[in-house]
Amino acid sequence: MVKDLSVHLAGLRLSNPVIPASGTFGFGLELSGSFDLNVLGGISLKGTTLEPRFGNPTPRVAECEGGMINSVGLQNPGIEALVWEKVPALRDCYRGAVIANISGFSVDEYRTCCALADRCDGIDLIEVNVSCPNVHNGGMAFGTDPASAAAVTRAVREVCRKPVFIKLSPNVTDIVSIARACEDAGADGLTLVNTFLGMRIDIQRRKPVLANTTGGFSGRAVFPVALRMVWQAARACRIPIMGCGGVASAEQVVEMMMAGATAVQIGAENLRNPFACPEIIAALPSVMDRLGISRLEEIIGTV
Amino acid sequence: MEKHRFTIESNRTVAALTHRLVLKADDPELVVGGEFVNLSLDGFFLRRPLSLCDREPGRITLLYKTVGKGTEALSALREGEVLDVLTGLGKGFDAAACRKRALLVAGGLGAAPLYLLCKELKERGRHVTAVLGFNKAEEIVLEEEFRALCDKVVLATLDGSAGVKGFVTDALSTLDPGWDYFYTCGPLVMMKAVCRALEGPGEASLEERMGCGAGFCYCCTCETVSGPKRVCMDGPVFKKEELTW
Repeated sequence: MVKDLSVHLAGLRLSNPVIPASGTFGFGLELSGSFDLNVLGGISLKGTTLEPRFGNPTPRVAECEGGMINSVGLQNPGIEALVWEKVPALRDCYRGAVIANISGFSVDEYRTCCALADRCDGIDLIEVNVSCPNVHNGGMAFGTDPASAAAVTRAVREVCRKPVFIKLSPNVTDIVSIARACEDAGADGLTLVNTFLGMRIDIQRRKPVLANTTGGFSGRAVFPVALRMVWQAARACRIPIMGCGGVASAEQVVEMMMAGATAVQIGAENLRNPFACPEIIAALPSVMDRLGISRLEEIIGTV
Repeated sequence: MEKHRFTIESNRTVAALTHRLVLKADDPELVVGGEFVNLSLDGFFLRRPLSLCDREPGRITLLYKTVGKGTEALSALREGEVLDVLTGLGKGFDAAACRKRALLVAGGLGAAPLYLLCKELKERGRHVTAVLGFNKAEEIVLEEEFRALCDKVVLATLDGSAGVKGFVTDALSTLDPGWDYFYTCGPLVMMKAVCRALEGPGEASLEERMGCGAGFCYCCTCETVSGPKRVCMDGPVFKKEELTW
């Protein structure tokens, strides 16, 4: 039987729910020579700020049991380069949903940057990153307090016609209060979760492994925690959710959707296997067959 | 970039802490010295990037040092076991940049990618002088292989147990000039010293802790005169004049 993998996400129709997560797939083009990007339901582009950023000093990545920590620090060419160079180049070879991921250091910066992204024809959805753990005085500071998250959401919502998703941090005591604050402030959807603040020490050198001392932990080990947060937010909110965190198989895509995710982002797994997304998408029909699912959309939030 | 499953033909210790891994590689993407492959190891999240040391029909050779748990696990693998390998990664050395006489300067396992380059230079009919630096005699690798190809090979060891006592830069001062292009690979401080000591044009192969190894995670960024570049994709080989040293 033919399986229907398509999902509807805030007015967009995706051919399937699988989306490489921001920061783990560059600006899409990097992998266009390795496989046909058009198999992907969407692509969330690397986090972008108003001005270009070099990012943090190296080393920026460290191996962990079941995952990795990174502290790239939002290296990006700035919003002008995104909308005038990166997105048009990607559009030459990709027809699916393009998601701009926007970060900032003040509410005004979020507003200005998102307004520019909103006016770019090639972008379908704006994902507002209020959860980057690797930059000072910005990023996660906005995502760990309901009032600040709501302030960013309101400011961005005012200047955007396209769907606005807020990407939340798991580094909070109560994910539900932040999720609700964003929904009440007008968010069209939520992405959760970003990375977990972590750290490693090189015991020979007696120094942190990462040049920035701390970084965001992601990878297979975080899946159960991310799944729990998606489930909690989905029960508390009516807006759609992109689930993210440790997903590494078609079975886990199904699990995230049962927990309440409409789309599922694949993050750190892309780094260990750049072909993870096409392999997971190819495996979905047989997993659905085994579970007696004909339309993938029917399982969203069924648990 | 392509993903392959390559069978281990051999995996042996060839010098102190140093191992030679030979993989049966039926159809690897065309590779030049300086390019690398990225190995997946059971029980480790991130891959391990290793530069190509040699390629022959049906096989590729990699050299690595056991410096941590990942490479220790790799050294325990035996003939017949299968590895998940990404190929076609990185921008290698430009053998065509040398017109007549090349100078190769290696520190430790930096000798590995320079060996494949050396073969390419010889195929192009170039004359090659190699300076190989190691900490001590027990760590020397590829000496015979370089001697079979080069006009001249100069060894340097920090403890003086073989060749010139001291750094590769000490050995450089004993050489006649006359080369028109140099290529270097080794520890960062060594390559900086080499680029400062040598006036002519050349290239250096950088090393940085990598995430994806394929240019999309931006973990291995370095500063260059034309802005930030990814060591894994824009490099690892950079022209001397691109570097901010």
